[in-house]
Amino acid sequence: MPKDGGIGAATPRREDVRFLTGNGKYTDDINVRGQAYVHFLRSDIAHAKINGIDTSEAEKMDGVIRVFTGADFEAVGSIPCGWQVTDRHGEAMQEPRHPVLAHGKVRHVGDPICAIVAETYEAARDAAEAIDLDLEELPAVVDMKEAVKDGAPKVHDELTSNLCYDWGFVEDNRAAVDEAIKNAHHVTTLELVNNRLVANPMEPRVAVGDYDRSDEEHTLYTTSQNPHVIRLLMGAFVLGIPEHKLRVVAPDVGGGFGTKIFHYAEEAFVTFAAKELNRPVKWTASRSEAFMSDAHGRDHITKIELALDKDNNFTALRTETYANMGAYLSTFAPSVPTWLHGTLMAGNYKTPLIYVNVKAVFTNTVPVDAYRGAGRPEATFQLERVVDKAARELGVDPIALRRQNFITEFPYATPVAVEYDTGDYNATMDKLTEIADLSGFEARRKESEARGKLRGLGLNCYIEACGIAPSNLVGQLGARAGLYDAATVRVNATGSISVMVGAHSHGQGHETAFPQVVADMIGIDASQIDIVHGDTARTPFGMGTYGSRSLAVCGSAMVKATEKIINKAKKIAAHLLEASDEDIELADGQFTVAGTDKSVAWGDVTLAAYVPHNYPLEDIEPGLEETAFYDPANFTYPSGAYACEVEVDPDTGKVTIERFAAADDFGNIINPMIVSGQVHGGLAQGIGQALLENCAYDEDGQILSASYMDYAMPRADDVPFYSVDHSCQTPCTHNPLGVKGCGEAGAIGSPPSVVNAVLDALNAAGHDVPHLDMPLTPSKVWDAMNKGA
Amino acid sequence: MTQVSMTVNGKAVSGDAEGRTLLVQFLRETLNLTGTHVGCDTSQCGACVVHVNGKAVKSCAIFAAEVEGAEVTTIEGMANADGSLSKVQQAFQDHHGLQCGFCTPGMVMSATALLGENPNPSEAEIRAYLEGNICRCTGYHNIVKSIMAAAGQDTSKIAAE
Repeated sequence: MPKDGGIGAATPRREDVRFLTGNGKYTDDINVRGQAYVHFLRSDIAHAKINGIDTSEAEKMDGVIRVFTGADFEAVGSIPCGWQVTDRHGEAMQEPRHPVLAHGKVRHVGDPICAIVAETYEAARDAAEAIDLDLEELPAVVDMKEAVKDGAPKVHDELTSNLCYDWGFVEDNRAAVDEAIKNAHHVTTLELVNNRLVANPMEPRVAVGDYDRSDEEHTLYTTSQNPHVIRLLMGAFVLGIPEHKLRVVAPDVGGGFGTKIFHYAEEAFVTFAAKELNRPVKWTASRSEAFMSDAHGRDHITKIELALDKDNNFTALRTETYANMGAYLSTFAPSVPTWLHGTLMAGNYKTPLIYVNVKAVFTNTVPVDAYRGAGRPEATFQLERVVDKAARELGVDPIALRRQNFITEFPYATPVAVEYDTGDYNATMDKLTEIADLSGFEARRKESEARGKLRGLGLNCYIEACGIAPSNLVGQLGARAGLYDAATVRVNATGSISVMVGAHSHGQGHETAFPQVVADMIGIDASQIDIVHGDTARTPFGMGTYGSRSLAVCGSAMVKATEKIINKAKKIAAHLLEASDEDIELADGQFTVAGTDKSVAWGDVTLAAYVPHNYPLEDIEPGLEETAFYDPANFTYPSGAYACEVEVDPDTGKVTIERFAAADDFGNIINPMIVSGQVHGGLAQGIGQALLENCAYDEDGQILSASYMDYAMPRADDVPFYSVDHSCQTPCTHNPLGVKGCGEAGAIGSPPSVVNAVLDALNAAGHDVPHLDMPLTPSKVWDAMNKGA
Repeated sequence: MTQVSMTVNGKAVSGDAEGRTLLVQFLRETLNLTGTHVGCDTSQCGACVVHVNGKAVKSCAIFAAEVEGAEVTTIEGMANADGSLSKVQQAFQDHHGLQCGFCTPGMVMSATALLGENPNPSEAEIRAYLEGNICRCTGYHNIVKSIMAAAGQDTSKIAAE
């Protein structure tokens, strides 16, 4: 292994130094000479007809350059949706136009109406107050079940209803599932809400548009997880800019969690306006603006029914879900409640018959799209809650019920169209039992009781599908893009290496972990290898970072490109050593002729490639640079078992997390320190969803939680030290690193444990509470104890 | 516009500021010290914490004109004189106390202020002190651990990982 860390080393992160010294370069730190500033005047009404916009006073104000309205964008494309779902009758989903600036109507609080470009933000904001809007308020639809009733106000007048699609999966199983549930020995039924969340990366979104008249090239600096995707969507579908005239740069990005995947109207605006005004244009979101314009997450209402036979084997599962799309279709929104949710409903269990129905609904709320886990947390939550409820109803041990129904043989084809390559669910449950000290729980419960507190234990399993995704498969399922990734390995003359990758690092530590892989393959120090990411002009066309895909997909491309490099370098070494290609071995940065002491160093070979005086020019080209695109053969399937212990204060209903343990199987691990950190962060987001966070709307569509005063972000004193383990490893069988992905697991796996634990505490204390919807706030828990659920 | 003068990271600086110019704007826009970040508009997130006359202050909640004549330290001024990382900065790197890096300057400034007030804080004291600093990436585990390590405490017994 290289001395400063190859595969498996807990190498400290090299990117930390710039972040710790204030030298990170985030989009808001970029200022382009001569830039103007844009402020968006957004609707404060959920649903209204725009009868008139008078910008004349605003345009006269000092420092105001121009005020844009929807009329300026009539010839511009719609903000596109990247995934078309086909409903259970074979019809395409309903897909409304999404204008850059609202035109005709506003459809949610936060919908941008005017864009005021001025010399300063202050001048732009001041001018916004001088704009006279004539908005005729219309009835708003917020509740999904109300929205799909006949006669409900329509979010989009041109659509037949507010139903985006009615999806059935697998439709052919429907009758068999109905029959199995009708004839079951026992059916556990649960109706639940998966609460609407706001991703809240700490860096608000920022976009800077620039246009260079000399070469007619646009540059967009933006807070994105996937600059190539933004270039493709905005260039091709919105503004009609060819790829070679559009550069998208996503520099250091302060967290993403899904909400920075999507192409947003503000990006298109600054790109458009920079050319129109011949000035760079900058936009920096305030946090309040982020709450009203970043795509939200989750927001499902589900009824789930689990059928069991007399021996407690799961025999069938049926779900009906309403999934909120908000007012417009965000980039990947239609895929989240369908292909990222329905396909996961088998979970860790060998349930033979499954039917999933999802009704996606337009409402007068902010668009909803992928948030850390995206569909998989919703699947895991309902499944692991219904299994826990079944155990309680049947009076059986929840761990034993799970183990009895575990899938134990792999590969395993589920009845919901995916094939798990590897896993060992008993192993992670065994590991959880150990690290959570489950045998000590009763003693801890007695100790809590002695202090007047109720203690509960909750656990759950999870499975997720990561490494998104095989392009031919997702193409059949409605994706309008491929989901491969790409890497270029550029070896310099002196042997140092730049690896240009399509993935984007915004907290995941790629700049440290990716070089560990290349260093390991070649046998040189990782410090000689740099990762270049976040700039379409400098990186090959890769699809970016989301769905725990970076290492599994882009890392695989990097491995393939490095293999090409090594193969070529061996040919050069063979020439220098006057040996045959097949006899050359590479170890510790030295090429050796097998069975001899003849060798040549990595740096000598790379120098020969660029100074080819003694070089097989008749056989191979000079230089040492290779690109590989990697399209995965399957999803990867990380899995695990989580346990949470809570204390409930019976006087106040306040829940505290006393212990949290996570046993994960991520396959092979490149940097265990980074993996643990990813799990920690996911756990806090899952605990946040379970106890604290809720994006609330009133019945008129007014967002009630649009700042950190009202939206309860987890703080340091809301969470404990976590006990995490990833020593159970069943490597992925179809990517070269055997890795599965770890970014979302914590957020997927933790909410059911927390809720199961609180319910355990309440029920053990004699309160008959079959279910509570998240977040489990003190008032909700107190009510459950004092007024019944 | 009025002229404001102060000492930032040991250097005397001055510049124009409107009455409504916040200290964080003055630092970022006038002085180009972009290590101090803005993560919210309600003084909750703490990404903008700097030290004013030795005290941790949210620079989004104070006007530039209010710190006329003061000694201000930002994240850019936290490394040791020889350029090496300070004890707190080094502990954050050693214990993976940061991911995306956006909240990190505020965390380092708050952690440094905490250890100035209380050189040997308990886990609970650290968590309580960070009430005004939000991190979305780390789940706080490694931040708390980093601060304990910076205080010279043995962190090897923290829950298995």
